[in-house]
Amino acid sequence: MKLVTAIVKPFKLDDIKTALDGVGTHGLTVSETQGYGRQRGHTEVYRGAEYQVDFVPKVRVEVLVEDDDVERVVEAIVTAARTGKIGDGKVWVQTVDTIIRVRTGERGADAL
Amino acid sequence: MNSGDTAWVLASAALVLFMTPGLAFFYGGMVRAKNVLGMLMQNFFCMGIISVLWMLVVFSLAFGDDHGGLIGGFDFAGLSGLTHAGASLPGYTGALALTVPPIAFVAYQMMFAVITPALITGATADRLRFVGFAVFAGLWAVVVYAPVAHWVFSPNGWLAQRGALDFAGGTVVHINAGVAALAVVLVVGRRRGWPADAMPPHSLPLTLLGAGILWFGWFGFNAGSALGANALAAQALINTHLAAAAAMLGWLVVERLKDHRATTLGAASGAVAGLVAITPCAGFVNAAAAVVIGLLAGAVCFLAISLKYRFGYDDALDVIGVHLVGGIAGSLLVGIFATRSVNANGADGLLAGGGLHLLGEQALAVAVTMVFSFTVSLALAKVVDMTIGLRVTPDEEVEGLDTTQHAEAAYNLRELGSMGRIG
Repeated sequence: MKLVTAIVKPFKLDDIKTALDGVGTHGLTVSETQGYGRQRGHTEVYRGAEYQVDFVPKVRVEVLVEDDDVERVVEAIVTAARTGKIGDGKVWVQTVDTIIRVRTGERGADAL
Repeated sequence: MNSGDTAWVLASAALVLFMTPGLAFFYGGMVRAKNVLGMLMQNFFCMGIISVLWMLVVFSLAFGDDHGGLIGGFDFAGLSGLTHAGASLPGYTGALALTVPPIAFVAYQMMFAVITPALITGATADRLRFVGFAVFAGLWAVVVYAPVAHWVFSPNGWLAQRGALDFAGGTVVHINAGVAALAVVLVVGRRRGWPADAMPPHSLPLTLLGAGILWFGWFGFNAGSALGANALAAQALINTHLAAAAAMLGWLVVERLKDHRATTLGAASGAVAGLVAITPCAGFVNAAAAVVIGLLAGAVCFLAISLKYRFGYDDALDVIGVHLVGGIAGSLLVGIFATRSVNANGADGLLAGGGLHLLGEQALAVAVTMVFSFTVSLALAKVVDMTIGLRVTPDEEVEGLDTTQHAEAAYNLRELGSMGRIG
């Protein structure tokens, strides 16, 4: 099993959710986060006082999938999240030892 | 008595009262989220303390029986003698005779006294101890506001007698509060971390809402100062609106040229700068002059807010840059643009053929207000600071005014809190 983590532009979240529904994932976890990559931050000006804002608001999407589904899920996220402009984000995949469904105690792929 | 005039003055009292919560939001949006309740409270509290003091003694000192043009007496303390039919106020005779009941005038002028010390709180944002501020504001209304209001607003006041014109409070409200703000800032010092640390506004939507409320209420402030529902009130109202509009443009143009963006905070600040500058002029100038006054005020106040970085005083929300500088600009521009064709009880300024006389009287009123208010405010702030304490401790300042001064948080946004009831 794999954990797919995507850091994306917040306004792309709905598109990603729709795309993931289309490839048959059963759930996802979303959190608001911030950071920077090559995009860096931006500047703000308040009554002439200029500020450099280093961290850009992003959304982190996490999805647990079976090994066979990884490519389709990653492709769905990347396609849905892409604008072609700097700051589109990153997606990475990690191996997961096991997964447990809290309600039933099921383990492994059964818990997805 | 005239029922139309009375209705307008009473409605104007309500409009001016509404400016104080408007100011609270204008300022509150500009501070950091941990200090917003502290800011709202300092403003809101003025509606409590100053109103009661006004009734007890401040109205009487400002508008009671004259003593040498310097101060009113205690004859109206507790508003005694003002409610019976036939009551009248000293000095309001002849062309200045009131057409509204004196008690309506008392209520209307009360709201000016309420908002004036509230204006100071923008300069001292994020660092005043609530109790210290409460005592300072109350004493300031008695020892600073009352005498200056008497000198300029009361027809018996020595500056009014000399011929200084202040339609709705350029000197009494804006220069007075602006220069007092400078005095208090010098006593309490800079915010921790200023100017190196970022202290951006936490909610500009609140600031724009507040600016909108101020703009709305300012029609009562300026047009209400005609003390009647008449052509002069209408002229003051349109002048007020045009100056705010033009000042927004003036501020934004200069801001766009200098900082490459027209900002929402700039639009709000420019409008307020225009409202400040037109305040002394509103009932003495024509509409074209109001536009020029607004444009000048917007541009000049935008440039003035950078002075604090040059001179190193932490005027947090630019009370000095907007209210003091805007008030000075407006009060002096009366001497240029005033015309008796707008107000027969006014005077002719430079452009109306009146020469430099009026400008000289305006400059004197500005200088006198600045010297008196700065000196007494500085001494009062020092005394309050040494006895009660005017500034929070460093720990409290870092934690924020909301929890340390009022045991509240403005925004409880997280449901997964660690909040459990203990009392």
